[in-house]
Amino acid sequence: MSKLYRMNVLVSSDITDLLQGAKEVKEELELEINKLGLSDEIAVVETGNLGFANKGVVIYVLPDNVYYGFMTPERARIVVNEHFYKGRVVKDFVISDTLKDNNKIEYAINKTTLPKQKRVVLRGCGMLNPDDIEEYIAFDGYEALVKAITEYTPEDIIKIIKDSGLRGRGGAGFPTGMKWEFTANVKKSPKYVVCNADEGEPGTFKDRLIMEGNPHLIIEGMAIAAFAIGAEKGYVYIRGEYAQSIEKLQRAIDQAKMIGFLGNDILGKGFNFDIEIVTGAGAYVCGEETALLNSMEGKRGNPRVKPPYPNTAGFNNQPTLVNNVETLANVPWIINNGADEYRKIGTESTPGTKVFTLLGSVNNTGLIEVPMGITLKEIIEIYGGGMKKGRTFKAAQTGGTSGGIIPRALWEVPMEYDSLAKVGTALGSGALLIMDDTVEIPDMLLSMMKFFRHESCGKCTPCRVGTDVLVRLLEKVVNKEASKEDVDLLLSTSEVMNKTCLCALGQSPYIPINTSIKYFHHEFV
Amino acid sequence: MAILTEEKKEQIDKIIEKYDINDGALLMLLKEVQELFDNSLPVDVLDYIGHKLERPLSQLYGVSTFYSMFSNKPRGKYIIRICESPPCHLMGSDSIIDCVKRELGIDVGETTKDGKFTLETSSCLGICAVAPAMMINDQMYGNLTPDKIKQILSSMH
Repeated sequence: MSKLYRMNVLVSSDITDLLQGAKEVKEELELEINKLGLSDEIAVVETGNLGFANKGVVIYVLPDNVYYGFMTPERARIVVNEHFYKGRVVKDFVISDTLKDNNKIEYAINKTTLPKQKRVVLRGCGMLNPDDIEEYIAFDGYEALVKAITEYTPEDIIKIIKDSGLRGRGGAGFPTGMKWEFTANVKKSPKYVVCNADEGEPGTFKDRLIMEGNPHLIIEGMAIAAFAIGAEKGYVYIRGEYAQSIEKLQRAIDQAKMIGFLGNDILGKGFNFDIEIVTGAGAYVCGEETALLNSMEGKRGNPRVKPPYPNTAGFNNQPTLVNNVETLANVPWIINNGADEYRKIGTESTPGTKVFTLLGSVNNTGLIEVPMGITLKEIIEIYGGGMKKGRTFKAAQTGGTSGGIIPRALWEVPMEYDSLAKVGTALGSGALLIMDDTVEIPDMLLSMMKFFRHESCGKCTPCRVGTDVLVRLLEKVVNKEASKEDVDLLLSTSEVMNKTCLCALGQSPYIPINTSIKYFHHEFV
Repeated sequence: MAILTEEKKEQIDKIIEKYDINDGALLMLLKEVQELFDNSLPVDVLDYIGHKLERPLSQLYGVSTFYSMFSNKPRGKYIIRICESPPCHLMGSDSIIDCVKRELGIDVGETTKDGKFTLETSSCLGICAVAPAMMINDQMYGNLTPDKIKQILSSMH
């Protein structure tokens, strides 16, 4: 059993924190605590991201509920001496947004000051040590798996997931329960569960933070899915660039095997399930599920023609369920709390929460998890802390590079699949790029189209040729040389691609191009 | 071919034994082999692996040219991959690329004469909170400025 401490100090240690000196801060905290003879009373724990992005290295002190930002070894020394030793909170270092009501310190991200924030997927991220399965278990971890295997049949679980209304969080928003049911109904074995962790959408790092902050959640979600569809083997396909995610998840898998949540005859109920990590080698298109399966088979990551869908002919031509990291991370909560509780969060057509990565010209960039249906305006004003000083909101791109660009007139649209689709954009991966009045839309579009041109796999002609045509036309726009015909051609080319390309990569440029021309037409000619 | 010495062949064989390519491991296998040959997969090496794995050379060559982490040409000891996705673009990744080009005297896709550095660009590295960002081998770097670039590069010389 873990030892009990009077105080726990959580040091946010994901890769971005480490780049800002989290390791040095942690070492200094430990050194100073040791010096004062407090090592038996105070534990310093490395955790995942605490939800702040531009506050430097952040530490969270429990049970005092204090967040310190911009930590340095020097500040760490002061905090240990003043706060941990003498009991005086060092107000100057406290993150100001968490200071409300005359020094009453509140947690901005969790719940108190921000009623709309709801943590389902990020529950535990930043609160527990991702390297220790016992902490996850203490946080109700693996309870859902135990419940699933011992109390439910696979059919029950599929019904719960269907009733919950959970939709795929990778971008397409397909109903998860239906996907599970289709795969379960195929009479062919072996079957596989694949977790798509090839997170490559520019501006998106939610899956990375889930994997680094609470890797067991994914393992649990996958095991429940496997039980429901009748699979005995699972794979997590992680992009090669995510070295830390690979390491954290591998450690978690090893621990789960040791305790017996993975392996043969799990909980003595005759259910076998094992997970392996497969790493990518640098190709955005592999986030497309059929390209991902080809990549796993050791082929070029070209998307396949659908149908057949992966649920009938997936990995090695066997029935395969492919789900995004965030989708699977929702599963344990739903099993634990039930479909009805889940439906109380979010909107009618899209229940649940969404993890957004908020970037660009706002004061607080970072990761938030909020109920579906919140408006963009609320996200910017409440969680983003408003626009950067002296800047005004001009546009936002929702859903990553494949999403549309919307103007201020639309910033009260609810953030959920259907409402966003109605105005021509998408919820996509949940990346929100906020642009201020200094940004020129065609310039941003050009950067996006260069990205698509680079990442096009080259298999189908409309995409291979089309992405290049789009770049050339946009270069003319940026250089103020474009005629009205050029802009028409830009739009029609992307529209043809949208209708004829094999996968989402070639279909996507139309979304930002169409919305840009529609809402910011004057910048093109 | 000179590069495929008996010793290297033995090393490749050992790597092949470690992985089950029917279990999704081909890319990981190639990544490890690549480290034996200046971060590259020359065609002769692919041919050798192909015979061992009973996979056609066309497939392995196709794979080696598809993924940005592979190369058929020898690369430097340090592979610098600068993120050029829109969030980094917004934070000035262009000036970072220019700075590295100037410092090393090479263009994107090239390797320094001493075989130390190769410059590449990359799609989103997922550390947008510290944009502009880059990776050198497995190590990430963020909040880049031209000064910081100079400092990082000189620490590797």
